[in-house]
This record gives sequence, structure tokens and C-alpha cells, in this order.
Amino acid sequence: MNYLNLLKVAVKAIASNKFRSFLSMLGIIIGVAAVIIMMAIGQGSKESVRQNISQMGTNLIMVRPGADMRGGVRQDPSAMQTLKQEDYESIVQNKKYVTYVSPEVSAGGQVIYGANNTTTTIYGESLEYFDIKQWSVEQGDSFSEEDIRKAAKVCVVGKTIIDELMPNVNEPIGKTIRFKSIPFRIVGVLKSKGYNSWGMDQDNVIIAPYTTVMKRILAQTFFSSINCSAITEELTDILRQTHKIKDGEEDDFTIRSQQEIMDTMSSTMDSITIILVVAAAFSLIVAGIGIMNIMLVSVTERTKEIGLRMSVGARGIDISAQFLIESIMISVTGGVLGIIVGWLGTVLCANFGLPVSIPMWSILLSFAVCTIIGILFGFFPAKKAATMDPIEAIRYE
Amino acid sequence: MLKDVKTGTDRKVVIRLDNVRRDFKVGEETVHALRGVSFEICEGEFVTIMGTSGSGKSTLLNQLGCLDTPTSGEYYLDGIPVKKMKKNERALLRNRKIGFVFQNYNLLPKTTAVENVELPLMYNSRYSARERKEAAIEALKAVGLGDRLYHKSNQMSGGQMQRVAIARALVNNPTIILADEATGNLDTRTSFEMLVLFQKLYNEGRTIIFVTHNPEIAQYSSRNITLRDGKIRQDIVNPNIQSAAEALAALPANQDD
Repeated sequence: MNYLNLLKVAVKAIASNKFRSFLSMLGIIIGVAAVIIMMAIGQGSKESVRQNISQMGTNLIMVRPGADMRGGVRQDPSAMQTLKQEDYESIVQNKKYVTYVSPEVSAGGQVIYGANNTTTTIYGESLEYFDIKQWSVEQGDSFSEEDIRKAAKVCVVGKTIIDELMPNVNEPIGKTIRFKSIPFRIVGVLKSKGYNSWGMDQDNVIIAPYTTVMKRILAQTFFSSINCSAITEELTDILRQTHKIKDGEEDDFTIRSQQEIMDTMSSTMDSITIILVVAAAFSLIVAGIGIMNIMLVSVTERTKEIGLRMSVGARGIDISAQFLIESIMISVTGGVLGIIVGWLGTVLCANFGLPVSIPMWSILLSFAVCTIIGILFGFFPAKKAATMDPIEAIRYE
Repeated sequence: MLKDVKTGTDRKVVIRLDNVRRDFKVGEETVHALRGVSFEICEGEFVTIMGTSGSGKSTLLNQLGCLDTPTSGEYYLDGIPVKKMKKNERALLRNRKIGFVFQNYNLLPKTTAVENVELPLMYNSRYSARERKEAAIEALKAVGLGDRLYHKSNQMSGGQMQRVAIARALVNNPTIILADEATGNLDTRTSFEMLVLFQKLYNEGRTIIFVTHNPEIAQYSSRNITLRDGKIRQDIVNPNIQSAAEALAALPANQDD
């Protein structure tokens, strides 16, 4: 029997048992839809994390004080006081290694304007911070080198601060806000960046000269970190030289590059996606067993038909092809419906604000998997049909 | 070659059984279903094979239909020895040389008459879809169902279904038509209608082998073979073939309950 006829016979067999065929497809539909949605969410989250991290700035490298041993006790890195003004200056002097560099100190607290107040973080930075973070000042201007030298009480604020503190003020530039009772004059407003991938509002910040924050708020002489961009491994050497660390001794700082953070996040997302997809794939195997079950019922039910076909000249291979094509057709039809359902589900997820992106290969993969399931789980019932004895089959009641 | 009873000319032997035996193993015991059966059937004969249940007639039918092979002896269908044939070769042989008519019609459910009749040609790649359909329509016309080509099998009466089954047996233009209790499920009137049809086919020169346990049918065939305990008990040519059409006309008209 040629393939066109086999297809016709399969379509007819499926159509004559519509509800049963649909139920056996249901497993495949749900399985494939689940795989598609999981992959779409996994892929979408990964892309959104990458996007968010790159929003942090280009090739950002963060130098933080490293943990040190004090009398056999490993210290909390944030309590360390190893990053000093000299470190910053030596990095600036060796500028061939870095494009931009900015020391960073920060303090959290309440900020007040008139009768309004909000809680935020004030970051002490140098001017190059805006380049590292690719952050532009929308209104007004950033502070100047002069302001840094003089530890001037000026600041650039994020959009959220303006919204919270001065909702009715048209011109925030020049207004004075108070952070922990210290007045800061607003010289600029940052362009909005929105939330990052960890759900933090990136606009809820005040940026001031690092000297001001160090001297007037924190009264400290060390940095909490140094942010650099476009930098090489040699940064480590610069710092080791400045710190006079001998060969074989541990660094008293750690360097984390943006690429590293991105890789970590990506691999985390990947493993979560893999777990979800494997779980969904198991449901496909269960669906395949469902198809096999239905095909076995179908073979038994149509024993007489098989006997008849054999007695009018069907060979074993004709019979097995007939049932194999039927099971492939059930699983592939289920797969196509599953892709459609998965796509609809993905659209629904996107409506709920989940980052989604359907990778093309996941559709092709689902399609291939369905065909394989059809062959794999249709094989045994088809073989059972093909090896029937026509004499017994034709008289089967 | 045998002398034709009717015309006296030489006729082709289409079936030759040469001491065919068939044993079945049932547990420890061996059942001898056929204990050495030999006969020849020529082209154009209408042979009834009779016997009670257990006489071996089903086993013989399976042999004749190439559904089974002999334990010993040899069976030649149209000159081709069947015993050593493989399953697939026998399937091909059935497809080209045999037309089956079963007791319970065995039509495909929810399928039109034409599609049912096309079935044997589906397994013959020499037929195109168009040729297949033409042959099916022609066969259905030959059995008097030219006006019910596209009726589905579940919309037909027993007699009509058996006509479709006969058309299906004719469509591949077989060497022999093998009928297995072909009137067994039908009422008297419809049974006679079927016999009329078989006699028509006989008169057209087709070879018919009709396996039945009903002795009445023997008088409408040209030859009768009776089996008992796996052996031929009687093999007689019927010189005086009754007309089924006359018998049908003589039947009392259908009485409604």
C-alpha cells in the first residue's frame, strides 16, 4: 500500500474515534505545551537578565575589599578598610588598563524635602561613574571635579527621589534636600533606568561626590568598592603592587567583572530551565505510553480488520506501517496542537509580565520528539498487529 | 488436464492437492485435521465442500486460501507449489489469485461499498487510484449494487453487505473464489439470492469453491466434495444442477410479521 493510502487510512481511523484520539493526544498536547512554555520562560528570563546586567554598565568590574584573617577569624568583607584613596589614584595613574574608574562609598538613610521624606541610598562617586554606568543626566548637570575636590554638598538624584519628595515641583534643579540632616543641593536629575532584574528600583538613588559622602556622612577614609570599566586582568597586579602583597600571599580584595556575573546568572537560569524542561519531558514519555495503550486497544479492536486485510493480500509490513503511521499521526497532531497551546500559553505569560521568548529550536525539537514518540510507542502495537495469524484474526469475535 | 463434463474440451487445472496432511499440536497430543487429501479442481467448476464440524473443512479452506501450509503433501494453486512459500509470498499469491467471501461479510466499518471493494487492489501497486475505483464500480455492478456504490457498510442489509463482499472477491479477477459459509448468516430468501449470484458467476466461467455445512446447497453446484475426519468421503459431479433462480421464484413471498 502506498503512503498516500496509508495516510488516508490513518486519518480515517483517527477520525472515526475522534474523542478517543483526542484524549490520547491530550498527553502530548500538554507535554509539548509545557516544554514550549518552560523553554520560553527560561530563555526569556535569561535574555532579560543579560539585558539588565548590561544596563549596569559596560564591562563593569567591581573591586571590593577582600576577606582577611585577623587573629584566625575571617572578617566580613564590608568591614574591611583595605581600599583607600591611594588605590584609586594608582588605578587612575595606570589608566592604560582602564577606561573609567570611580571609587564608591554608600550610605542608606532618610532623605527629606519639605514635609516629604523617603528612604534611599546615597552613593559617593567620581564623575566617571556616569560613564561606567552609561547613565545620563536628563535635567541640569552632574557635579564637577571642583565639587569633588571641595567635598561640595551637591548631588544628582534619580527619578524616584523627585517623584517621592517633590511631586508638585516643576524645577527640581537648585532645590535643597536633606540627607541625615546634611543639606544637598540638587544639580541634576538622572534619566530613568527602571527596575533591574533583582527587582530593585535603580532610580531610587542619590549620587554625590565621593569625597562629600566619605567626609560629611560616613567620616571614613576607605572605599566600599572601586568600579572600573574596560579593564584587564592587570588590575589585580596594580592593586597587589600598591598593597605591597608578596607573591604567594592572598589578595586582600576581590575583583568581579560584569561578564562573570552574567555568566553566573546565565548558568543559574540554564539549570533552572533544564530542570523544568526535563520535568515536562517526562510528561511526554507518559503521554507516549498513553498512545501505546490506545494503539494496543485499537489493534485488538480491529483484529478482524487486520485478518481481512491480510487475507486479501496485506503483508505484515503493510499492517505494521498502517498502525505505525496512525500512532505517528496521533502524536504529531498532538505535537502541533501542543505547539499552538504552548504559544498561546507563552503569550498569556507575557501578558502577566513574565519575560518570554520562544526559541525556534524548541519548536523543531518538540516536533522531532513527537515523531520519535509516535514511532517508539507505536512500534510495539504495530508489531503485534503485523504478527497476527490471519486465520485466527479473521474469525476473532 | 481433465475432460470438461459440460463441453468435453480440455480444461486447465487450477487447484491440485497432492496427499495434503495437516497436523496440529495441542499440548502433548497431535490432532490430524487433514489425513491425506488429494483432488483437482478445474477452471470454471462450482465446487461445494461439505462436512460436519470437526471434519477438517475449515482446515482445508485455510489450505486452499493459502492462509496456511500443509504439514506434508503439496498444494498447487494455478500450478504454483504453496508449501514452501513464505508468509509474504503467500500474501501476494492471495492478493492476485484468490477472492474470499466470509460468513460475516467482514466489511470495513463506516466505509463505502466502493472503498470496501477497492481494498484488495490497495495492496496491488499495479493499480492506480482511478483504475482501482473503476474496477470496484464494475465489480459492484456485476453483483447488482450499481445503485449503492457510496452507501456505507452500516447502512446496508445483510444481503447487500454480502454482495459487497462478493464484489470485493471479484475485483482482483481471481483464479478462484473461496466462499466460507457465505449464506450462513442470511435468511432463506437472501441465501437463494446469493446462490443465484454465484450461479451467474459460474456461468460466466469463474471457479467457485463454496465451503458449507448445509447439504441443500450441493444441488446448485457442479460438484460436491464431502469430508469426514480429515479425509474425502465422497467426490461427486452433479450432472443435474438445479437453478437457484427457479428455487427463489418458487419461495413463498415474504410474510410480514
